[in-house]
Amino acid sequence: MKRSSQPPFWLLFGAGGMLSALVGAMLVFLTGIAAPLGLFGAGTAFTYERAAAFAHQPLGKLAVAAVIALFLWHGAHRIYHTLHDFGVRLNAFTWLACYGVALAGTITAAVALAVV
Amino acid sequence: MAARRPYVRPMDGWWRRDRFFLKYMARELTAFFVVAYALVLLAGVIRLSQGRGAFEGWLDGLRSGWSVALHLVLLAVFLFHTYSWFSIMPKTMPPLVVSGHRVPAWAITAAGLACAVLASIALFVAFKGRPR
Repeated sequence: MKRSSQPPFWLLFGAGGMLSALVGAMLVFLTGIAAPLGLFGAGTAFTYERAAAFAHQPLGKLAVAAVIALFLWHGAHRIYHTLHDFGVRLNAFTWLACYGVALAGTITAAVALAVV
Repeated sequence: MAARRPYVRPMDGWWRRDRFFLKYMARELTAFFVVAYALVLLAGVIRLSQGRGAFEGWLDGLRSGWSVALHLVLLAVFLFHTYSWFSIMPKTMPPLVVSGHRVPAWAITAAGLACAVLASIALFVAFKGRPR
């Protein structure tokens, strides 16, 4: 029997979907609204020192990498399958446009976090 | 004899035919917003790796009206994603049986949403940190 290449992608889709469902809205609120506007005073202020200190710890690197990579793989998988629903022919190009972006983003995030 | 012209049901706009399909599409389209947010964060990580000046430029970008407006839209879409993710969870996971009874769908959805609330509160507390 030919093995399907789907399970790893489905797993990444599920992990990204679960992570974004659990904390996505709060992350958007904190990093995109509360922190830039300083809604809760100095405690939530986004500064270079805080971000760099967080990204220097191994666990901090892992958390940032997990959010970026899993969100990208979740989106790539869902968009790829939704394209089919809109009648877009699925081929190597559409595959690369979806999963390729996720892979490139994952590698870029890993490299950037490694040199932080 | 005239060529046969069999009826082919047109599929254009199939997802607008039915409320169920509309909900399905709304759920699928959240993926674009999840990717958009991941790219915003990715830009921040790249800027962070380039040093203080670069990162502060990214932070200035976050303070712009366009960015705040974008994040308000993202927030609404992510809230819908959380709701839709746990609403379909009873269908996407294997049946859960506790002491001989199948756990009802509403209980799985409610448990998932409760976990999301708890995780979000924990993240908020961790992010806020100690007041300085």
